[in-house]
Amino acid sequence: MADGKIGAVLVVGGGVAGVQAALDIADSGFKVYLIDRAPSIGGVMAQLDKTFPTNDCSMCILAPKLVEAGRQPNITLITNAEVTELSGKAGNFEVRIRKQSRYINEEKCNGCGLCAQKCPVEAVDAYNRGLNDRSAIYIEYPQAVPLKYMIDREKCIGCGICQEICRAEAVEYEQEDTETTLKIGSIILAPGFTSFDPRLKTEYGYGRFQNVVTSIEFERILNASGPYGGLILRPSEGEIPRKIAFIQCVGSRDAQLGNNYCSAACCMYSIKEAIIAKEHVPIELECTIFYMDIRAYGKEFDAYYNRAMEEHGVRFVRSRVADVGEDPLTSNLFVHYVEDGEPKTEEFGMVVLSVGMRPPENVEKLAEVLGIGLNRYEFCQTDTFSPIETSKPGIFVCGAFAAPKDIPESVAQASGAAAKAIAVIASERGKLITVKEYPPERDVSREEPRIGVFICHCGINIGGIVNVPEVVEHAKKLPDVVYAEENLYTCSQDTQVRIREKIRELNLNRVIVGACTPRTHEPLFRETLREQGLNTYLFEMANIRDQCSWVHMHEPERATEKAKDLVRSVVAKARLLEPLKKPVTSVIPVGLVIGGGVSGMTTALELARQGFEVHLVERAKELGGHLRHIYYLLGSENPQEMLRSIIEDVSENERIHVHLNTAIVDVKGYVGNFTTIIRSGGNEKQIEHGIIVVATGATEYEPTEYLYGIDSRVLTQRELEERLAKGQFNAKTVVMIQCVGSRNEERPNCSRICCSQAIKNALKIKELSPETEVYVLYKDIRTYGFKEDYYREAADKGVLFIRYDDEHKPRVTRENGKLMVLAWAPILKTWVPVEPDILALSVPAVPNANNEHLARMLKVPLTKDGFFLEAHMKLRPLDFATDGIFLCGLAHWPKPIEESISQACGAATRAATILSKKTLEVEGIVAHVDEDLCVGCGLCITLCPYSAIEKDETGIARVQEVLCKGCGTCGASCPKRAITMQQFTDAQIVAQGLAVLRGVVHG
Amino acid sequence: MTEFDPKIVGFLCNWCSYAGADLAGVSRIQYPPNIRIVRVMCSGRVDPAFILEAFKSGADGVLVAGCHLPADCHYISGNFKAYRRVTLLKKLLQQFGIEPERLRLEWVSASEGDRFATIIKDMVKEIKKLGPNPLRAGGKTSG
Ligand code: FES
Repeated sequence: MADGKIGAVLVVGGGVAGVQAALDIADSGFKVYLIDRAPSIGGVMAQLDKTFPTNDCSMCILAPKLVEAGRQPNITLITNAEVTELSGKAGNFEVRIRKQSRYINEEKCNGCGLCAQKCPVEAVDAYNRGLNDRSAIYIEYPQAVPLKYMIDREKCIGCGICQEICRAEAVEYEQEDTETTLKIGSIILAPGFTSFDPRLKTEYGYGRFQNVVTSIEFERILNASGPYGGLILRPSEGEIPRKIAFIQCVGSRDAQLGNNYCSAACCMYSIKEAIIAKEHVPIELECTIFYMDIRAYGKEFDAYYNRAMEEHGVRFVRSRVADVGEDPLTSNLFVHYVEDGEPKTEEFGMVVLSVGMRPPENVEKLAEVLGIGLNRYEFCQTDTFSPIETSKPGIFVCGAFAAPKDIPESVAQASGAAAKAIAVIASERGKLITVKEYPPERDVSREEPRIGVFICHCGINIGGIVNVPEVVEHAKKLPDVVYAEENLYTCSQDTQVRIREKIRELNLNRVIVGACTPRTHEPLFRETLREQGLNTYLFEMANIRDQCSWVHMHEPERATEKAKDLVRSVVAKARLLEPLKKPVTSVIPVGLVIGGGVSGMTTALELARQGFEVHLVERAKELGGHLRHIYYLLGSENPQEMLRSIIEDVSENERIHVHLNTAIVDVKGYVGNFTTIIRSGGNEKQIEHGIIVVATGATEYEPTEYLYGIDSRVLTQRELEERLAKGQFNAKTVVMIQCVGSRNEERPNCSRICCSQAIKNALKIKELSPETEVYVLYKDIRTYGFKEDYYREAADKGVLFIRYDDEHKPRVTRENGKLMVLAWAPILKTWVPVEPDILALSVPAVPNANNEHLARMLKVPLTKDGFFLEAHMKLRPLDFATDGIFLCGLAHWPKPIEESISQACGAATRAATILSKKTLEVEGIVAHVDEDLCVGCGLCITLCPYSAIEKDETGIARVQEVLCKGCGTCGASCPKRAITMQQFTDAQIVAQGLAVLRGVVHG
Repeated sequence: MTEFDPKIVGFLCNWCSYAGADLAGVSRIQYPPNIRIVRVMCSGRVDPAFILEAFKSGADGVLVAGCHLPADCHYISGNFKAYRRVTLLKKLLQQFGIEPERLRLEWVSASEGDRFATIIKDMVKEIKKLGPNPLRAGGKTSG
């Protein structure tokens, strides 16, 4: 610690953002203390049933991260805890933590749960939002990390039963709160949010009418481990409702309450809840969403919204609900609202209030203790160009506390915060960490296969359709299976413990999990095997959810048969599995960033700040990208000045090598060891590097609509911005049309930034020329988060917002040199003519034409729209499925500057988790030659796309393992069957393929 | 007699098609439960012998699916190799008394969950028309 810096980070808040930040930091060689006020980590995401827009099961995608955080040796979890004091400065803080007593000795408690079974006291279950009871000694939810019980002393009657039956002697009634002091270098705040308390909106009857619930309560109702076991029942008497109303913006966009901001995620979660509700209820269920604007602005969100309407029949009513009444006899609810100027009343069986996000509890105290600034809504104060920095150096923020946001944005920003926190203490990398020790690998080569099978209910995702007990029984009868069981969630931490126990107890040497897809969950289970001394390749998964229960929801019996077949087939393969070694490769600690816009430059800078060399490749002749065309922002920052200073930082940084006017010609290699050829002018150059970040940006759509290019008064918003900035603006009337070239057949999705861009320009016009009339013709105004303030400001300043729908798109004509816009006025039910001097079109950011070419070179996928497609939309927003390649900024999806910067910092973190390692274990699946069978014909040598096979001195084939990527094409053509692909051998594939057919042939 | 319920074996490459099949699941796109998927790293891994083996054991159909031509294959050109092998094998199948339509080669990307489901629906329909695998009906199998 030469300069007194400390290589440890404190992360406050263990929701998905905090956990992501903690994992990234620990994985980059620093110690992490992760503290949470709750008894377990997981935050709000652990309470959700599904996530949009993929309908992934929330717990399923979260659990692997929680488990990983629980077992990462360099993350210390401190639960029931909060910060009480802070001293020192960036790089060297001292923080006091107060830990509330659990009355359970955490070291001793093994989470068996006997205590809770015997506890005679009933207390309200806060995790299920008070919809049911739990015991006074409890865990928050079955997959809780850490899996340690806690006594609710307010409810506990001190009967002593738990203390008596606890074999681990973990119950300590006398345990007291404790205080500790930690030394850390930087701090990340991820305390999340609290839900708005709907009692403050008395007119909606929450707390008075039983069948009015909040969206989070409804989320629990939908969930298998929720109060009704996944059935949708009315709290009043347990009947299935026929009609459910969702009321949007409860506690958001509400000036009366002082909560003018938009909570950013509620539109989407309500659509999701409506879709899932309809899936859950076998009888006809009607779902109606009452909304002001549907804010489906994220990646593929509009496609989801459209599906909700078209495929699922969710009804959308544009209206702010006035109030809700109850029929005391039936407990049904009357929703009063105004539609098209007419007051209406409709009866529903249940009402779900889409409650907004509020700053976390006790936020003032937290801000005071840490000395950070809050904004006027008491969220964390940040700026457009420093969206992760708090007002105090060394303290960073991510997740909903920075601004209301959804999961992927929280995750990306968490990785971003990790970059900032690491940069403060980069010199201390590796100094405070311990390397994880594994038990020696058991030699199973002489053992007969002994297979253990674990079948997951996945809440009700699998178990609600597939008869899991039947599958377990089937598995038990299969050859070499010595054990089979079912689990509520096989990926939860307690099941990992069980799997290890069973391996030990029964001497298992192969493990099979029947659950979701190996693409997301295989690493988790492999790690479990390794911790128990089994080679990680002695594992297989049967995909009975994504490829079975979810796609055969209406055919439970046939789905069960299929699940049995799938389990049988992987058992057949597993019998033939062999242990494999993972080759270790060195890592070239150099990054390649493609794209020199604000995202690419930020990533390069962050990598350089962590001490890595970076090549920044830009095909244009100067840096800056899209930001070059931005002259002012909604806030007060000057983007051109910021751009200049970023470019300066990049140019002055000696670790960053900028290559302008340069194209990528070829990319070869693999994570840790890439070789790329770049070309500038006629010169080609070769770069060796360990990772790649794609930050290639997007292009502005060139409209063909509304006389653009024909009449010079028709501009894009960007062109209008330039005129406004350069003093070339002069107009009495301006019309803006939103969604030109987006949210249509060809491009069904929203481009996220155009609404804010239009409002920004409208406000600028009002500032420069208050007399000018501005009309904005829109479908939905999507100023999410704090941007809503500017929407209100624009309306207050007299900007006229007129809504249109697809049947009444604006019409633009030119007659005798006069530009004429006809706008549909829904209330008047007539077309209103406006004669603008300027018609500004809000056009989307569209993918670069070059994306396809680059995607092919890198072997990474694109979305249907042509943007780059990340590994997982929710939890791996910055990674590609291919190791060592990352993405950020507009190449991922249209987004404003602050989000691009967050992502860019995050991509740097993700990349640094690789660059910070000297060596890396790579995939062990490589080709293998049976020297006795090989005749040296050389066919495999000509077929191998990587030239990984050569002839040895004796003339037979030899595989160079580091070059082999494991495609197996050699194995598919060897005439002597001498070469095969490990883990996918001929025998294994045939055994797997044939096992599914058993029972077909009566031979 | 119960209705003929074909069994299809699918060899799907990990990077595009298997991901596409997962996406169909995540998007809850429903398709008939006739396919059993075997994951391979690349469609180029699929040895014609695997396919023949499946037919001999009574599969009514075999699907090989990989990344789109020409250049989406994660391993540069495995999909081309699959294309050549499957095309050749289709010619051979006839000699074994199997209709070549029972074997399909399709390209499905990671974002094409709906396409995957459509292919399965289509294939099941086609094969139902063809009836059971003739080897199975003839009892010449070695199951
Ligand atoms: S990896 Fe998909 S076909 Fe080769």
